[in-house]
Amino acid sequence: MSAPFRHLLGVADLGGRDGIEEVMRLTDSFVEVSERAIPKVPALRGKNVAWLFYEDSTRTRLSFETAAKRLSADTMNFSVSSSSVKKGESLRDTARTIEAMGIDAIVVRHASAGAPHRIAQWVDAAVINAGDGWHEHPTQALLDTYTIRQHLGDLAGLRIAIVGDVKHSRVARSDVLAFTAMGAEVILVAPPTLLPPSLAGWPVEVSHDLDAVLPTVDVVYLLRMQRERMTEALLPSMREYTATFGLTGRRVDRLADHAVVMHPGPMNRGVEISADVADLPRSLILDQVRNGVAVRMAVLYLLLGAGADKVPAVDPPEADRSVPVAAGDPAP
Amino acid sequence: MSDAGSLVIKGGRVVDAETDRIADVVVESGRIVAIGDDLSGDRVLDAAGCIVGPGLVDVHSHLREPGKEEAETVETGARGAALGGYTAILAMPNTTPAIDSAAVVRQVLELGRPTVCDVYVSGAITVDRAGQQLAPMAEMAELGVRLFTDDGTGVQDNRLMRRAMEYAQGLGVTLAQHCEDDALCGGGHMHEGEWSSRLGIAGQPSEAEELMVMRDIALARLTGCRIHFQHLSTARSVAMVRDAITSGLPVTAEATTHHFTLTDASCQTYDPVFKVNPPLRTADDVAAVKAGLADGTIGTIATDHAPHAPETKELPFDQAPPGMLGLETALALALTELDLPIRHVLGLLSWNPAKILGVSEVHGAVAVDRPANLCVIDPDATWTVDGAAMASRSVNTPYQGRELRGRIRHTVLHGEAVVVDCEAQR
Repeated sequence: MSAPFRHLLGVADLGGRDGIEEVMRLTDSFVEVSERAIPKVPALRGKNVAWLFYEDSTRTRLSFETAAKRLSADTMNFSVSSSSVKKGESLRDTARTIEAMGIDAIVVRHASAGAPHRIAQWVDAAVINAGDGWHEHPTQALLDTYTIRQHLGDLAGLRIAIVGDVKHSRVARSDVLAFTAMGAEVILVAPPTLLPPSLAGWPVEVSHDLDAVLPTVDVVYLLRMQRERMTEALLPSMREYTATFGLTGRRVDRLADHAVVMHPGPMNRGVEISADVADLPRSLILDQVRNGVAVRMAVLYLLLGAGADKVPAVDPPEADRSVPVAAGDPAP
Repeated sequence: MSDAGSLVIKGGRVVDAETDRIADVVVESGRIVAIGDDLSGDRVLDAAGCIVGPGLVDVHSHLREPGKEEAETVETGARGAALGGYTAILAMPNTTPAIDSAAVVRQVLELGRPTVCDVYVSGAITVDRAGQQLAPMAEMAELGVRLFTDDGTGVQDNRLMRRAMEYAQGLGVTLAQHCEDDALCGGGHMHEGEWSSRLGIAGQPSEAEELMVMRDIALARLTGCRIHFQHLSTARSVAMVRDAITSGLPVTAEATTHHFTLTDASCQTYDPVFKVNPPLRTADDVAAVKAGLADGTIGTIATDHAPHAPETKELPFDQAPPGMLGLETALALALTELDLPIRHVLGLLSWNPAKILGVSEVHGAVAVDRPANLCVIDPDATWTVDGAAMASRSVNTPYQGRELRGRIRHTVLHGEAVVVDCEAQR
């Protein structure tokens, strides 16, 4: 198996439904690995993965780091404080400096949309986008897709509501692309101030009425509501947001019995989701986190593993043997 | 300034607002002394198959000096201008310090004097371009400044803009506006629309430009002051200016080469070489700008030549400064992308902007007894744009690698051949 993509900058790099399915199948294998007593395989032994996080992140970085370690890759953290950026090193110099240390993959998070795309133009290492500004967060979309598939089966024909601050959300942009590529219907639910200025070309419906939408969907996906939006005159108050778009205990009863609740974290309990709803059995929030590790293992393996032609494995036979195979799946 | 002896430009097609004929042009002591058949001179510049036009005039050049000499100097900017066929350029005042006093005007004029292009200077409308207090326009006008602008930003305050226009009207000078409502732009980095939404980049709506165009047309009516709209970029801005001109208001407008050749779709690479202000807009806007250039609503093509040192463009899109090189590609882009007769194109690039600058006696015509400020254009030559090969200290051209048609072969400044066969002579 080889990755059809050299970098993972956005969902489009995966090449549509077939590419996403391939990641899903490989993720099944790595879920199995994660359940072993010693959840570790030598697939990426000798590979170096660097974290280049220009923006604070705890969960995404931990998830990637766990994934890399379970694959036996070496990892290093290039910590970029905002002050060192202000000292004036250009993005290009930083990326090339890291690459010069012999790095096979760079996992980038940046507050600016397109920063990973720029880095990919300058380095030979594989670049994985771990969130760029408001733009994309492709591994989040993959773990969300995987989680839905795990609980509801094939996404084709499912109806998924994405609720909240779509305008400023990289999760929403990647999820829309991934869910619709898999054949789901997506409906965005938000006040107009929290939607992108133009939805031309987005294969989505739009609603401003959460109560009307809830009974019609299989998945309700809540986005994090950030307090600083108050200062931009996008909303009158958090209280009004919760009253109209928050998933409260009363509202959750409008959902069909089988419908599930998702959130990318970190949650603002009491704002976009009430505490009791977050802890309901139909809430898949911790499953998302758990699956995030396996999905990121699959992505790292696709980009750096035995199938990645451009970087031969240190010990190909062993690396090949190490590839886990889930029952019924073809050998990767 | 001129070479000793006479210079004859042989065999070209002489085109200006009055003339269109195959003829030789003889230049002596900085002036055109004869236009006719079979003329001779001490030195010959071949112009067979070429257009001999008046030198081009740019009303919108950022020369970066004083303050950002790593990006451009008056000398390097002027050399790029000469290579692009320009014999006159107008330095924008957004330098550090800003050109907002007689002292800085004098400094930039002084820097321009020994260069290969006539460098004119614009002054700021407000002190430090901060939009708070009127700059001393009279003392700058005394030194020859004919156009005032806070370019890079628009004058936000309605009352201050009204007073500036009243005051300028008394001095007989023109105000030029960079139309952009700061509050509505709210930190946007590209045109707000389909592409900004998809790319996750904060946008600037077209309305941020249009509101200020609308206001300044109203204030032109109120004050009678001449107003020049810089870099019009939206279809509705063009329509409003068309109406204002039709109703007889003292309004002129320019469009940049990038606003009639590129759209916001270019930003999908996230390369900030496509970041500019006002931003690249939609294909409909490009079509409207072209229509405005064709029907005379937009009388001038300007470059908005805006060099930036390479490291400042090696940043994420939203952190990089806006601006593009323009002086060495403007004529070729006009010839390649606009389906207009050569005389119309030369009007947009030469005699119309010369009128806005008030330098029509010196630039913008090919006629006996006039100063010899000329460009010789090979209209059929094709060439490939390469930022590294340009005279500018910077390389931020959005046309890197693009093949263009039409090239400046020679440029003559006050009788001196400053560019010969596409090479700067000094």
